[in-house]
Amino acid sequence: MANTEKSFKKHYLPASAADYVPRHFLESVQLQRLQDVVQHAYHNQAGGLYRQRMDEAKVRPDAIRSLNDIQQFPFMTKDDLRASYPYGLFAVPQQEVVRIHASSGTTGKPIVAGYTQADLDVWADSMARCMGAASLSSHDVIQVSYGYGLFTGGLGAHCGAEKIGAMVVPTSAGNTERQIMLMQDLGVTAICCTPSYFLHLAEKAGEMGVQLKNLKIRAGIFGAEPWSEAMRERIQNETWIKAHDIYGLTEIIGPGVAIECAEQNGLHILEDYYYPEIIDPETLQPLPDGEEGELVITTLAKRAMPMIRYRTRDITSIMADQCYCGRTIRRIRRIGRRSDDMLIIRGVNVYPSQIEAALLKIDGLLPHYQIVITRESGLDNMEIKVELAPELFGDRIQELESLQKRIAHAVNTTLNISAKITFAEPKSIARSEGKAKRVIDKRG
Amino acid sequence: MKIKQIAIFMENKPGHLGNICKSLSDAGVNITTLSLADTQQYGILRLIVQDSDKAKSCLEKSGLVVNTTEVLAVEVEDRPGGLLAILEIIGAKEVNIEYMYAFTSHYGKRAIMIFRFNDPDKAIAALKESGIQVLSNEALFQEIQQA
Repeated sequence: MANTEKSFKKHYLPASAADYVPRHFLESVQLQRLQDVVQHAYHNQAGGLYRQRMDEAKVRPDAIRSLNDIQQFPFMTKDDLRASYPYGLFAVPQQEVVRIHASSGTTGKPIVAGYTQADLDVWADSMARCMGAASLSSHDVIQVSYGYGLFTGGLGAHCGAEKIGAMVVPTSAGNTERQIMLMQDLGVTAICCTPSYFLHLAEKAGEMGVQLKNLKIRAGIFGAEPWSEAMRERIQNETWIKAHDIYGLTEIIGPGVAIECAEQNGLHILEDYYYPEIIDPETLQPLPDGEEGELVITTLAKRAMPMIRYRTRDITSIMADQCYCGRTIRRIRRIGRRSDDMLIIRGVNVYPSQIEAALLKIDGLLPHYQIVITRESGLDNMEIKVELAPELFGDRIQELESLQKRIAHAVNTTLNISAKITFAEPKSIARSEGKAKRVIDKRG
Repeated sequence: MKIKQIAIFMENKPGHLGNICKSLSDAGVNITTLSLADTQQYGILRLIVQDSDKAKSCLEKSGLVVNTTEVLAVEVEDRPGGLLAILEIIGAKEVNIEYMYAFTSHYGKRAIMIFRFNDPDKAIAALKESGIQVLSNEALFQEIQQA
């Protein structure tokens, strides 16, 4: 009897049945939850913002008869969160809120998210299901190298890893040498962090004479910043782990909204908790499955801060076909860009992810970069600051000059636009919670 | 016969060289000689120090890109035509100089020049053949201490 908890742990099924339910059943759950959340937001939101929106749009909270009825409802945006700072969007009395997270605001006030205990349970369940999709279980030792604190990454991954009964190593971000030591000594089998931090960690391990491919680590759950297929290849080839892309955002809950299964072909979105739509970001009209547009999410099970038709700014499409893994929840295509991170430079559309892919064509170069755009006498200039990796540095100017030329060429062939390449010292490009600020646009 | 040189990548920004010197000073590393190659955007600082491993690790700890390379320390007579004599020997063997710099002080009647050649082994052979001293790490610092 003393073993009850342990045997429960062993028999816990991380790949929740909710991932495999028949579509018609899932849709009936979605409909009930959607009806609830709309009522909840309408009647209980502290600042009354969404009620006002609905009244203006002349939609009633009981207007939902089918899932498609959500399309009549108004959107919510990041500006609403800023305008309601800090508690305006909360829809439960403050004593029911048990935790606060905040996203790193690059300008002005951060975005604050509140959670009831039930919300935290939903979140832990989401992360647990994501980890299950990444083939992790109670047999795993999971290192959480996302920052712990206001950032959702650390605690979000932590609670999910505990829920599947894995052994959690809560290293948080930073002190890389120690992270590598623990990874080695504790037999870590999986890690959660940003992809750029993992590359840094792998590089540092190399300097210390530790090859990650010889360690027990076999999986990584990487998110909190967009990353390319080129980066995945680099990570998988160099460290022999399976690199899973995870998606989430503080406004919705944190990490755990969607994840890649072993197929690594699109991210399964936990549709019973997070209802996805794709819209045209210009016309705001819904787009059919398969068409690319902006991802809009409605939280179906969150009490403290329900979000209805939240515009994520992330560009993707819904993949409606059945995944080989058997999950019935649908997938969204990997997010490589956001509707608001597109840069137009001399009339050419440029996404930071394309620049990342170009930089990764150069062996040994790490995708730590910053794009600075200026305008001189009416002409846009793009400068790409790249952190110099020690192995690419010799003692001669000519080596650096030829490296500059190789990078400029890679950028030019990828983007069809010329850029000035400059070098920066390692870690000199500002990072917040392990996320780098990629673009500085100085055009007025 | 080759001596160790530390090369450091430096962004052009005020106070940066000072910070590097501060790290070295805190670690008790004395700079024997140095040269700074500059471009519009960045520079490469090259240092000769006695304990290059210590210098490298203390600079890396302060977050700099540091590399150890090998260069030749060659004795040059301190008289008109002293450097020319070396250059003629090297030129005759078609060895190219990638960069060079001098020591800040001289030792007796000789000066010491630091060279990076495209083919250092060929340069060593040519200089030795003509009876020119190429100093080892030990000999270099011994000579400095005696001076």
